[in-house]
Amino acid sequence: MVEAIRYRIKVGEVNEIPKEIGKTVKIGPLEIALFRLASGEIRAIENRCPHKGGVLAEGMVSGDHVFCPMHDWKINVTDGKVQAPDVGCVKTYEAVIEDGEVIIIL
Amino acid sequence: MTKQKLVLVGNGMAGVRCIEEIIKLEPAQYEITIFGSEPYPNYNRIQLSKVLQGDTTIKDITINDWNWYEENHILLYPGETVVRIDPKGQMVLTDKGRQVDYDKLILATGSLPFMLPIPGAEKPGVSAFRDIKDCEKMIDYAKSYKKAAVIGGGLLGLEAARGLLNLGMEVSVVHLSDYLMERQLDQTAGQLLQKELELQGMNFYLEKQTKEIIGDGKVEGLLFSDGEVVPADLVVMAVGIRPNVQLAKDSGIPVNRGILVNDFMETEIANVYAVGECAEHRGTVYGLVAPLYEQGKVLAKAICGQETKAYLGSTVSTQLKVSGVDVFSAGEIFENEPIKTMKVFDDYRGMYKKILIRDGKIIGAVLFGDTSEGNKLLRLIKKGADIFEYTESAQSEQTGTSFVASLPDEEIICGCNGVTKGTIVNAIQTQGLTSAEQVKGCTNACRSCGGCKPLVTDLLEYTLGDKLNKADQKEPICGCTTLTRDEVVEAIREKGLSHTREVMNVLGWKTEDGCSKCRPALNYYLGMLDPIKYHDERESRFVNERMHANIQKDGTYSVVPRMYGGVTNAEELRKIADVAEKYAVPLIKLTGGQRIDLLGVKKEDLPKMWADLDMPSGYAYGKSLRTVKTCVGESFCRFGTQDSIGMGIRMEKKFERLSTPHKVKMAVSACPRNCAESGIKDLGVVGVDGAWELYVGGNGGTHLRAADLLCKVKTQDEVMEMTGAYIQYYRETANYLERTSKWVERMGLDQIKSVLEDKETRDVLNRRMDEALTVLKDPWQEAINSSDIRKELYETVKVPVDMK
Ligand SMILES: Cc1cc2nc3c(=O)[nH]c(=O)nc-3n(C[C@H](O)[C@H](O)[C@H](O)COP(=O)(O)OP(=O)(O)OC[C@H]3O[C@@H](n4cnc5c(N)ncnc54)[C@H](O)[C@@H]3O)c2cc1C
Ligand code: FES
Repeated sequence: MVEAIRYRIKVGEVNEIPKEIGKTVKIGPLEIALFRLASGEIRAIENRCPHKGGVLAEGMVSGDHVFCPMHDWKINVTDGKVQAPDVGCVKTYEAVIEDGEVIIIL
Repeated sequence: MTKQKLVLVGNGMAGVRCIEEIIKLEPAQYEITIFGSEPYPNYNRIQLSKVLQGDTTIKDITINDWNWYEENHILLYPGETVVRIDPKGQMVLTDKGRQVDYDKLILATGSLPFMLPIPGAEKPGVSAFRDIKDCEKMIDYAKSYKKAAVIGGGLLGLEAARGLLNLGMEVSVVHLSDYLMERQLDQTAGQLLQKELELQGMNFYLEKQTKEIIGDGKVEGLLFSDGEVVPADLVVMAVGIRPNVQLAKDSGIPVNRGILVNDFMETEIANVYAVGECAEHRGTVYGLVAPLYEQGKVLAKAICGQETKAYLGSTVSTQLKVSGVDVFSAGEIFENEPIKTMKVFDDYRGMYKKILIRDGKIIGAVLFGDTSEGNKLLRLIKKGADIFEYTESAQSEQTGTSFVASLPDEEIICGCNGVTKGTIVNAIQTQGLTSAEQVKGCTNACRSCGGCKPLVTDLLEYTLGDKLNKADQKEPICGCTTLTRDEVVEAIREKGLSHTREVMNVLGWKTEDGCSKCRPALNYYLGMLDPIKYHDERESRFVNERMHANIQKDGTYSVVPRMYGGVTNAEELRKIADVAEKYAVPLIKLTGGQRIDLLGVKKEDLPKMWADLDMPSGYAYGKSLRTVKTCVGESFCRFGTQDSIGMGIRMEKKFERLSTPHKVKMAVSACPRNCAESGIKDLGVVGVDGAWELYVGGNGGTHLRAADLLCKVKTQDEVMEMTGAYIQYYRETANYLERTSKWVERMGLDQIKSVLEDKETRDVLNRRMDEALTVLKDPWQEAINSSDIRKELYETVKVPVDMK
């Protein structure tokens, strides 16, 4: 079996992304919410709340979680899991910082 | 007298519930023995779906823990299977060679998952979805394998598929029929469901018959009868269940599809009863807990020798436990000749409703997208209600407490356990319950699928209302702390805390970074206490207040420019029209606050649009002064006694942009006819001959409330002074997100009046108000002038790629 090819996509400089404020990133047909956490780490998840499709990039970021701006669902930005009492999950994407650049790996 | 011996075969949901009912009726009548093949105490099988979806864990789904058996003197043999019954000798024999006598025997052996008898079905990577063991196997497989195939697009199959997605697998669902859940849904609903689940990431293979599970040793895929192959490492069979009747059959107890029982759950053999999924009653075998629990109630009474109504069968409803998808179905759902239907189909919002009617009576319903009417429809179907009863109880758009308030007492809130609103409300009132957990303990509501939890919570709020509010005063501001609003504000003041993180640190927050409740609240309190020095934290603001526009459900925004007092002119209108055209604004709407709303604007366009408009932000998004609505007033109106427009504009110019605990709406009417609706505003001014009346605490929204008269003053200056003091007092004493209507009731009108009567107090409040007003800037202008703000908040990164 052929190893799936992975794409490394530069999406900008890390300094340009304010902490705890999401950034909408559109890569082709994909829409990703990119977060720079208070700790400085970068996370990327699908920009669509499993509840009613709210744009997660505009949610309030607290620690490892983002609160959906539509109905306040709490979603872990590291593993994509919706937190109780709600249920569900969103896709997560690998994102890294290299030489000050944010790279999403698909 | 020695006790009679009662033996239960099957330590599952139906059998054990029946034992609970028996103990409730006659705690001492029987010496009870239970045999269960599974090595666990009775657990909630329904919740296996949620275990798989990662929302709960196996240890949290126990219904009756080991202690329960002990406390009730029940002898439980877990992991032990009854292999033979001797109905003549009244004795059972187990696989461990144990023999136990009985006076009464209940069979509750449940069902067995149906496994397709196809080649490869015995491979290690093939699982059913019925018990803890299956669930553990799937979780285990998901750790090392990527691809799963679920055979069966019914309730169980789809719940399994959702679980496997959550476990990170790629999931294919294979279904024989041409649409999903064909036994509960019609084609339209089935297709809507499919669309939704495809969005969640499932792949569907419809009208496919699986011929073989292929693979060398382990599972490698499915082969369909048309020759197509789908790769898979794990195959879950969810094609149906069959009543577990072998034991009964072998022991000479008459069976058909299930163990045959009469209306009192008696089999044809003396002293042997059956309940649950293994029983067949009047030709029906049930596969949901609600009817099984009804059966258990009847059987308990019968076995305890009490008079009971006969069990006559149940009308069942089903719901799918997959988050983000609301599906409901009950009664008869297929159309044919004499049946008429009432349908509503809203493709745009993905909502579908079908009600089936025969001879004017409601006999079935299918709901997709919004299932809030489910309980009501089930009740109407059960009683064979006339369709008029449904149409006349016109669907209200209410939610939350006002929705549960509108329900009749006999409405079933918990479908699984048949618990009505009346029962729950009564339990809350008479037993002093204050939490959903207590309600569960006392009434059984919420004890099975858990779908009714939101309604139970609303009922608590609705029933306790004021009492909950009284307790509220001791309520912490959110789950991150035990401190109340007053304690937090006091600590900020005393310790001179200056930003949200510092507050959380110093005051020992339980979470490091707070939550969406406390962050905006702290941000507000800090700014209120020190408006000059505090640096507003936009990351602690809700999206609308950070972006200075109202987010819509599709992620676009709405823009409302400021029009003081609701007055505009040709030039502004022309600009608005031009902007609307230039940015292809899909909807232009007049708001209730006399403004123009441009809806459907893309995030990236916001700053450009504001620049073109060159008007201040109307703050239609903010916890702030929204609008001052005015009537035409003395200059044109023949009844007008005062210059309401002039007064309104003056108020709006002074207090615009002010940050308040919640939104503040104002109005000025020039006579008591109140064309500007001053009676339902946070602050409403009414002009009368030679004077102005100020009304406070009004609300035209969810908590409709007529405003109270605060005072009557003579001049415009006095109106300004009183308004300033009143709003500042509200800013300093209200809880964040508390509207004035609630605040006035909590503080008491007399208390507010007595504070504001004092001229000196008013001056002090107004001084602090003026200080807060000095630092405010138009946020749209700020975005126009700052490329940093534009970049950080409004720009989207776009990477065009060709992924081929
Ligand atoms: C994943 C999943 C999701 C579900 N979701 C819902 C839902 O949302 N709503 C709903 O109403 N229902 C739902 N159900 C169905 C519900 O769980 C069943 O209707 C219910 O559990 C049936 O209860 P029972 O006691 O008849 O059978 P069971 O709960 O299966 O109990 C039977 C027990 O008897 C044991 N047993 C069998 N034979 C012997 C023997 N000879 N000796 C000793 N022990 C024996 C079995 O091992 C088993 O533990 C769901 C089921 C599953 C699997
Ligand atoms: S409706 Fe299932 S537990 Fe209440």
